[in-house]
Amino acid sequence: MAIRRRDFLRGSAIAAASLVLPRFARGTETASIYDIERFGNARILHLTDTHAQLNPVYFREPSVNIGIGEMAGRPPHLVGRAFLEHFGIRPDSAEAYAFSCVEFEKSAGRFGKLGGFAHLKTLIDRLRGDVGDKRAMLVDGGDLWQGTGLANIMQGRDMVEVANLLGIEAMTGHWEFTYGEQVLRENLEHFKGEFLAQNIFLTEEAAFNDAPAFDKATGRVFKPSTIKDIGGHRVAIIGQAFPYVPIAHPKRFTPDWTFGIREEELQRHVDALRGSDKVDAVILLSHNGMDVDLKLASRVTGIDVILGGHTHDAVPQPIAVKNPSGTTLVTNAGSNGKFLAVLDLALEKGKVSDVKYHLLPVYSELLKPDAAMAELIGKLRAPHVTDWSEKVATPDRLLYRRDNFVGPIDELICTALRTELDAEIALSPGFRWGITALSGQPMTMEDVLAETAITYPETYVQEMTGGQIKDVLEDICDNLFNADPYYQQGGDMVRAGGLSYACSPTNAIGSRISELKLPNGKALSANRRYKVAGWASVNDQQGAPVWDVVGKYLRSGRMFQERLGSGVTLKGVDGNSGVAG
Amino acid sequence: MTTHTDPHPTRRLILQGAASVALLGLGNLPFAPALAAANDKYPEEAFKLKNEADAIKALFGKTAEPSDKVKLDAPEIAENGGVVPIAVATTLDKVSSISLFVAENPNALAASYKIPDGTMPAVANRLKMAKTSTVTAIVEADGKLYSATKEVKVTVGGCGG
Repeated sequence: MAIRRRDFLRGSAIAAASLVLPRFARGTETASIYDIERFGNARILHLTDTHAQLNPVYFREPSVNIGIGEMAGRPPHLVGRAFLEHFGIRPDSAEAYAFSCVEFEKSAGRFGKLGGFAHLKTLIDRLRGDVGDKRAMLVDGGDLWQGTGLANIMQGRDMVEVANLLGIEAMTGHWEFTYGEQVLRENLEHFKGEFLAQNIFLTEEAAFNDAPAFDKATGRVFKPSTIKDIGGHRVAIIGQAFPYVPIAHPKRFTPDWTFGIREEELQRHVDALRGSDKVDAVILLSHNGMDVDLKLASRVTGIDVILGGHTHDAVPQPIAVKNPSGTTLVTNAGSNGKFLAVLDLALEKGKVSDVKYHLLPVYSELLKPDAAMAELIGKLRAPHVTDWSEKVATPDRLLYRRDNFVGPIDELICTALRTELDAEIALSPGFRWGITALSGQPMTMEDVLAETAITYPETYVQEMTGGQIKDVLEDICDNLFNADPYYQQGGDMVRAGGLSYACSPTNAIGSRISELKLPNGKALSANRRYKVAGWASVNDQQGAPVWDVVGKYLRSGRMFQERLGSGVTLKGVDGNSGVAG
Repeated sequence: MTTHTDPHPTRRLILQGAASVALLGLGNLPFAPALAAANDKYPEEAFKLKNEADAIKALFGKTAEPSDKVKLDAPEIAENGGVVPIAVATTLDKVSSISLFVAENPNALAASYKIPDGTMPAVANRLKMAKTSTVTAIVEADGKLYSATKEVKVTVGGCGG
């Protein structure tokens, strides 16, 4: 049955009416969703948090993403049907599949994978071409260099080559820093764009020792911003790197640098761009995370748009935030290459008079992969793919990561850690990257690496008292649910294996976690010592890399057989739109 | 002392600067103890007290009112709890002292600076913090106390998205 994609995308009613739901098909007709009406005189294309996923992926959006306090019930803390209703998206549509978790497995078969850099290249070139190259700019919000086995083994260098071919003109960073300063600088020497970060400074010790910095007077390590002439107007792009790099990751990667949100330095810089440099628009390319950006937008004045990332929130429309001297629009553009944001600006002398924003899902089945990019990806992957093509398991259920507390991927990792390292309890970090694997489809070592590839993958086994375990859970839980977004770090809750507990997100630190129980139903004892396994420690560890531990476990064919007593009971968040019904 | 050409002009400048400060300090030495003795003595008792309210009472004998004229610069989340950078500045007139308190530290009073007349009222320090706590700056100006407070989180780290 032939259905034109235009019908498919515009009127899902037609599709719904037929008995067999049709799949996407790349046809001769141009997909209408990528026909964007011309608007304004400058176009900024924004990618973020692609996590080095060179090829198209499945990625299920979260079914639990709780916001508390002022953050409750508003984007990005809307999931499932609440999200679709808020943005007026039909539940059975391709958009619903891209933006939400609603009927993910059913829709995955219909609409296929999203993202992929060869597909992105085609889409980006087209959207640049539509307005003329001099009226467009491509920026990346960071987490471009990390997330796959290939990026890890090449220390991000593969992504620099891809970024150059894609035409990324400015970027900021987060996981980029986990390769350490030397590798970062080597990579940036090859990067044709600019790496921007207004919020990274030399420590006083490093400044005293004459460590390299972009600006010795301020101690700024990187160029804070760039001004680009777009369509005859001056647009300033300021970089805002992830503020908590030395806290969320081992400090040894960035010993000379100090981060932070740096609101005041940012305000001074914005004022200088507006005052001395007389720019017409100020854009913040941010890796703060959306809640932090929303608060920042209410306090720092003079920013027109914050192009946000880090928290992987696919938010179709910007949120307008009022501040003492105007309004700032805040966006967040999803993850894993699933989306490309298109910001069209109507610029006048000294101001942005109007804005249109589209967050386009990158449906790989609707976009012809760019030949040159496909060739580059093939060339980069060739030396390694064979090693990683070994099938290690076939999952009997959907494997995904994103949810605030649990995800089958992490349940699997925890089970592998407990089994292989003979531990009672396992802890696994609440990362938000990592792809989704469909039930019944073979999983390779490359897929395992896409969930685990970091520069500090060493596993550990250590003894911890029940009290210490609770303290760790409380501490990390506060990173998610502190009522003040500036105290949040933007990851999800640490995953616990062999341990169940209840969580009251709206409580204060120290009183959120309760009812800690072992799989046998016994309460966790505050004073007893337990054998705990984990990985991704901020401290130096010596154990085998987690991907080897998980690979070994999967090859044994046990998969979920030993699934035991994990799970989180949520309290006090009934009716919260951040929990899918 | 041997001399050589320093390849790092910035560092040399800083070192020279430090030397002049030290010399100035030496030059003032005869006056300093006399001045201190005349105005204040070392607040030994206040530094020994555990509780923040007790330490404030011992140091000043009164309480402070929050003021937006006291600017306290501290990180939201400490990168290293062992050396947390804190800076205080104020636009208040007639400032005579600036003090810092960490409520959850074993002894709440962390530092107390006497500000002589005609000195720009701005201080910076590195505080050692064992755990998450509020940090409070109290500025004494024209005989009254003004404060600013900020929570500084000391976290176990890890798990950034």
